[in-house]
Parts: sequence; structure tokens; C-alpha cells
Amino acid sequence: MGLFILRRLGVMILTALCLTFIVFTLTNLYPNLEKLAKTEGNFRMSDEQVDSWLGSNGHLDPMLVKYGRWLGVAPGWTHQDSDGNLRGRCITPGMENPENAATYCGVLQGHWGFSSVFKENVGQIVGQNLGLTGKLMFWVMIVMVPGALIVGVLAGMNEGSRTDRTLSTFSITTTATPEYVSGVIFIAVLAASASPLNEFLRGAGWIEGRTLFKGTATSAMEDANFWNFFLPVITIALYGMGYIARMTRASMTEVMTAQYVRTARLKGVAFKTIVLKHALRNALIAPFTVIMLQFPWLLNGVVIVETLFNYKGFGWTLVQAAGNNDIELLLGVSVVSVFVVLFTQLISDIGYVFLNPRIRIS
Amino acid sequence: MEPLTWTGSLGTVLNPALGVSLAVLVAGVLLQSLLAFFQPEERISFNADGTAVATGGFNGLLKAIIKWSFAALVLTLVGYIAGGIITGHTNGGIFGGIIRQFVPVWGALVATFVLSFVYKRRLGLYGKLFDSTVGMIGFGLVMFWAYTALFYGMFGWIITHEPLEVASGMKNKVPGTPFRGAEEGGFPFYLLGGDNLSRDVFSRMIAGSTVVMQIAPRATLFAFMVGITLGLPAGYRGGLLDTVLSFLANLILAFPVILLFYLLVTPEIVETGLPSYMAMFLFLAPIIFTGVLINSRFYTQPPKRNLYMAVALTPMVLLYVWLVSDSSTPVSFIPASLDAFNVPGGILVVFVSVVFVNSPTVFRIVRGLTLDIKTRDYVAAAQTRGEGAWYIMLWEILPNARGPLIVDFCLRIGYTTILLGTLGFFGLGLPPESPDWGSTINEGRKLLSIYPHPALPPSFALLSLVLGLNLLADGLREESLKD
Repeated sequence: MGLFILRRLGVMILTALCLTFIVFTLTNLYPNLEKLAKTEGNFRMSDEQVDSWLGSNGHLDPMLVKYGRWLGVAPGWTHQDSDGNLRGRCITPGMENPENAATYCGVLQGHWGFSSVFKENVGQIVGQNLGLTGKLMFWVMIVMVPGALIVGVLAGMNEGSRTDRTLSTFSITTTATPEYVSGVIFIAVLAASASPLNEFLRGAGWIEGRTLFKGTATSAMEDANFWNFFLPVITIALYGMGYIARMTRASMTEVMTAQYVRTARLKGVAFKTIVLKHALRNALIAPFTVIMLQFPWLLNGVVIVETLFNYKGFGWTLVQAAGNNDIELLLGVSVVSVFVVLFTQLISDIGYVFLNPRIRIS
Repeated sequence: MEPLTWTGSLGTVLNPALGVSLAVLVAGVLLQSLLAFFQPEERISFNADGTAVATGGFNGLLKAIIKWSFAALVLTLVGYIAGGIITGHTNGGIFGGIIRQFVPVWGALVATFVLSFVYKRRLGLYGKLFDSTVGMIGFGLVMFWAYTALFYGMFGWIITHEPLEVASGMKNKVPGTPFRGAEEGGFPFYLLGGDNLSRDVFSRMIAGSTVVMQIAPRATLFAFMVGITLGLPAGYRGGLLDTVLSFLANLILAFPVILLFYLLVTPEIVETGLPSYMAMFLFLAPIIFTGVLINSRFYTQPPKRNLYMAVALTPMVLLYVWLVSDSSTPVSFIPASLDAFNVPGGILVVFVSVVFVNSPTVFRIVRGLTLDIKTRDYVAAAQTRGEGAWYIMLWEILPNARGPLIVDFCLRIGYTTILLGTLGFFGLGLPPESPDWGSTINEGRKLLSIYPHPALPPSFALLSLVLGLNLLADGLREESLKD
């Protein structure tokens, strides 16, 4: 078991290194750097000026060296100005003794860089936004996981019944509704002042504001309540729910046709007891892996929903960073998201082994 | 001119009928689902004359109610469609007008279904699809959009106004608004209203279906070609090849899709020509696939093989060269005068990135199936006969993996549609005035709380197409498991 985890960890670190290198390369291609030079320096720079700006900021070195610097395993660049000032990657402007600055400063040393859009440290921005997205994800999980498991188990315990068909239709519909479709429909029906439902509620005097739900979740960043936070949460939860429910249903139907369930039925055990005691535990192994592997998809949903509802979390930051050529911030965001994905994969692998006695014992 | 209502004068009769039948149906289904928890078993009672009745009492009544209310619902819907086709928007309101515009699609759908039903037993898996209700509904939805896209793309039918034309005075107008300055013979209404640039929402939705239908199935096909060409040897040979390819596939899969899109589709990256290089590599897959497919089968008969290869590969290579080489990108290896066509700006990039995102998953599926199938007896028999590795992979293993692959193909077209929508939603790749559904949703969402109508039609269109594909895949899976 220990060896298995170690090997998985090794593969994970190798994957993370490869992925960050790819992201680093793609964000540090010459056109991006040229744009960066023009936004940081001067929009009317000539090509030579751009090159000299990039050269004096260490951007023209070989890609591997730059990656090593960013990671913190290669010494940071230093550059002597024409008027004798020493500048460098590890030297913050206005430092007392630039000569004594650290040689290595990268992600490993905790230097995530400086965002050119938000004018703040990347580490700080990512930390704040992860907190906000964490809040969103927490509620998504609270809604999605029990909902999906209940729907899946109810559908799977009587295969082919009307309940099964109704719930299966529901879950297949939700898997066919991406977040940007369900979100738009929810806003149009529940949060648009022009929607007939809201006109009716306003007319009847049942709601105080103009609409039942809020169409933006910006206010939920500080003070989340049902009326401004429910729509983003349910929008993400619904898309993932259908998939998990279908997996649970498949797993449940398989268990319900197993020999030991048939034996229990023939013994005369009550149907409720069979479902709750005999079937459920074995049926929930597969959904666990699925829930964990849903994380990359949920990350997608988070980006869409945070953009749609203007909730300034992690996904929103990703869009801002990518849209504004904020290289350091985009790198930071990518590293975090890649690690979230890899880490959940690891947990899913280990959890599967732990939960499944057939593998655990052998 | 009066603005149109949703259902016109037809609605005065049909709307109450629809409401009642729908309400009864929903109540019946809910009640039955609830009751199922308390009496899971069907009760069989024996009559005095020796016959057995499986249902009766309240449960039987409920079943009958559901059956009849469903029939009434279908009848009402048929009424709407028939009324719409006959009277159009004059009596049928907005729905009538829309249904009238879709007349060619209805005709094609009816013809398809009638023909398929008649020759059901001779059509293999496709024919079996018509044994499953779910599969039929899915197939109907998919074909609805396929025919819509085809008729608009080929003949320019169905639309009421030009999808890119900006009219005056129709900005954000609600559905059913009379079209100011309609020419003689032109369509006098904006059926689903105008968007924030006064374009007709209905026509843009129809035009969007063509964009989606042009890209999604082809991109999925290419992803399958790439996935199969790499997945078969990885699963069959195993070893280092498998380790390396699987590692690469997992690498791509660990990327959050949106991040990958942002990294691949931004103008700066396009400027470096990276998507063109990827196109160069990814579009090779079908050529390699076809070449190996023919060679492995006919290499013992060189004349036949050479003929087949020439017939199959010449057009493919030509297409490849025309497609990939583009004088405006770094990848340009033939003179512009010989280049028959270039894919318009953005579409190639979108296509490539969608193929790139999809192929690792296909690779994993094919690899898994190959690992399973290569232990079968017929593979061992082929190995004993001394067949080549590629022959076994392509002519023994691949045909036997077709069931799950066809099902996944349907699901994957749906997923690709969703991905295309995501790209449009973030305004990546396709030009901003493009009528594809993702871009229209993106445009509509900005004024969503005041004018919800421009964003809703493309949303429902996308939803129904993906739902149709999922249902179709479900039906196919069910029917292919029955053999």
C-alpha cells in the first residue's frame, strides 16, 4: 500500500512538472512577451526597444532556464541599469542592499510573482479567490452529492420501474444541460425582472425586490444567503449531479442483481433492509471514484458560473488573467488547478483501494 | 400591424387542452412514483372465471389515467403542429409561424421515420433503434437539428431574415414584433424577437445549428481517428509505447479544459502558428489510419492494394494539403495559387483544439477495449495463422469493439457540442458575429435580466440537441446489449 501511494505520488509530481512546463512555455511565447513589454513599458515601442526591455528583464533567456527560475531551482536574473542600479528577479524595488537579495526565488520559495492586472502578489490573490471558490464548492458538494446518490439509489433499486424511468430521464437531461445553458435559463426565469414568474410575484406582493432570486452573486462574496447564492450553486450542482446519479444507478442495479442480494430476498429479508444494509455499501464504491474524478469538470463549471454570475473567485480570476495576458497570475492559477486535479485523482485511487475489500486484502 | 401572441387564435382552444392534459400527466406520474415506494410488487388477483388480472384498483386506474393523458398530450401537440403548418403565423401565432418555417424538416423527418419503420428488420443496429422509445426520441431530436442544419446550409431555407443583417428599429424587441420596413414578400415578423444588434434571433438560431453541425460531428470523427490510431497499438503492444502514450493522455486530461482553451485559442498563440502545427499533426491521423487499414488487409495482393490505396488516399492527401497549408499562417508549403480553399479564420483553431481535448479520452476507451478483446480466442487464432499485428488490430479487434465505440461516438458529439458552446461562451476562437449557439448565448447573457429572449432560443436549441444525442446513445446501448 505504501509503495503504491509512493509510486502514485511520483507520477503525480512528474505530471505536475510536465504540465507546469507546458503552461509556462505557452504563456511565455514571444507574442505574449511582446504584448507584456508593450503594456508594461510603452505601447509605441519599436521592435528593438521591445527586445531590449525583454532582455533586461530576463525574458529572452532559454525557456528551460526561465522555467527553472520560476520554479526556484535556477538563480534569478540580475541586470545592471545604465545608471548603476542593480535590478533582478529577487530584488524588490527600493530594497536596501540589492546585492544581498536571495539567489533563488521561485514558486518553491513561495514567490509566486506579481499580477500585472490586479497589482498584487499572485499568492495573495490566489489565496483569497480560492477561499471564495471553496465556499461555492462546499455548497455545491452539499447539494450535489446527497442529491445524486439519492436519485441514483432510488432509480437503481427497482430497475425498469416508473420511478427509475422518471429519475433516469431527469439525470440524462441534467447531463445534457451545460452550466451556461442552465444558468441562463435559471436567470431568465427566476432572476429576470421581465420574466412572467417575477411579474406575478411582484403583482401579488409576495416579494419585496424586483426579482425572486438575484441574477448576480457578487454580494454573496461577503454575505451569502439563499437568494443570492442558490442559483450559482444549483447551476454547477445540476450538471455534475446527473452524471454521478447515472453511475450510482448503474452500480446499484449491478449490486441488486448480485447473488447475495438474491439470497437475502429468498431468505425473506425485507426490501428496505436489503437496500439499506446489503446493497448500499457495495453500490457506493464506484460513485466515490466518480465524485472525485468530477473535480476537473467542476472546475470548468466554476469558471463558467463565476463568469456568468460575476462571483469573483478562482474561475473568474482565471478568465481575467487569461484575457488580460497576466502571465504570472495565469501561471499561478494553472498550477493550483493542475494540483487540485492531480490531488483528487490521487485521493480517488487511494480511496478506491481502501473502500474495496477485494483489492485491499489481496 | 399587431404583434403576434405565442399561440394565436389556435391557442384559445388548444392551450387549455394542453394545460389540463399536462397537469394530469405530471400529477399521475408523480403519484405513481410515490406509490411505488409503498407497494413495490404488482398485485395479481384471480377472477372467478380463472383469469388473472395483473393490475386493478387504484394502481390500475392510475396507469390508465397516465396512458390517456399522455395520448391527449400527444394529440394536442399534433394539433399545434398541424394547425401551425396549415395556417402559419396568421392563426397560430409565434409557434404557428415557427412550425410553418420548419415544414421541410417535418417532411424529411416523417419520410425518415416511415422508411426506417418499413425496413426496420433489414437495417441492423440502426433498425433496432426503432424498437426503443428512448432511442427514437433521441434520434428524432438529432435528425431534427441535422435536417435543419442541412436545409439551411444547402438551400438557405427555414430562416425568416438574414442572420447577420442588422435592421433598424428592431433592437431588443420582444418575440412576435412586426418587422419594420418588411419588403413585399418578406417575412413580416421577428418571430423570436431581435437581439441587441437588431438581428433576428430565430434566424440566428437556425444558422447556428449549421455551424455546430458542421464542426461537432467532424471534430468527433477526427478525435476518434486519432484515438483509435494511437489506442490500438498502445493496448495491443503494451510496454514502453503504452506507458508513454498513456502518460501523455493523462497529461492532457489533467488540464482543466477551459485553461487549455485559453492557452490554445488566444490570438497570441494563433500568431505563433501552434494550432496550425497541431492541425498538421492531428489531421495526419485519418490518412495513416486509412493507409494502414488497406495495407494490412491487401498487402498480399499488391496490385489490388495499390489501386485501393491510390483511390482512397489521393483525395485525402489533397484535402489534407489544402486544409493545412494556409499562406496566412506559418504552415504554408504549397503556393497560394494551388491552394483550393482555406478554412475561414478561427474555425480551424476551434476545430483543432476540440479534437485535441477529445482524443485522449477516446484513446483511453480504445486502449481499454483492446486490452479486453486481445485475450479472446479469435485473436489467438489470428496470431496462430501468422497475421500481422496491424491486421489483428484493425480487422479483428476494432470491428469487435464497435458497439461501445458507436455509443461513445454519439455521447461525444454531444460533449463536443457543449465544448463548442463553452468556447463561444467565452468568446474564444469563432468570430464575434458568428451565429453559433455559444456566441449567441454569450451575447444574450449581458442583458439577460432585462431582455431574456435573445439568450433563451440558442440555449434550448443546444440543450435539445445534446439531450437527443444522449438519448440516442442510451437507446443504442440498450439495443446493442440485447444481442
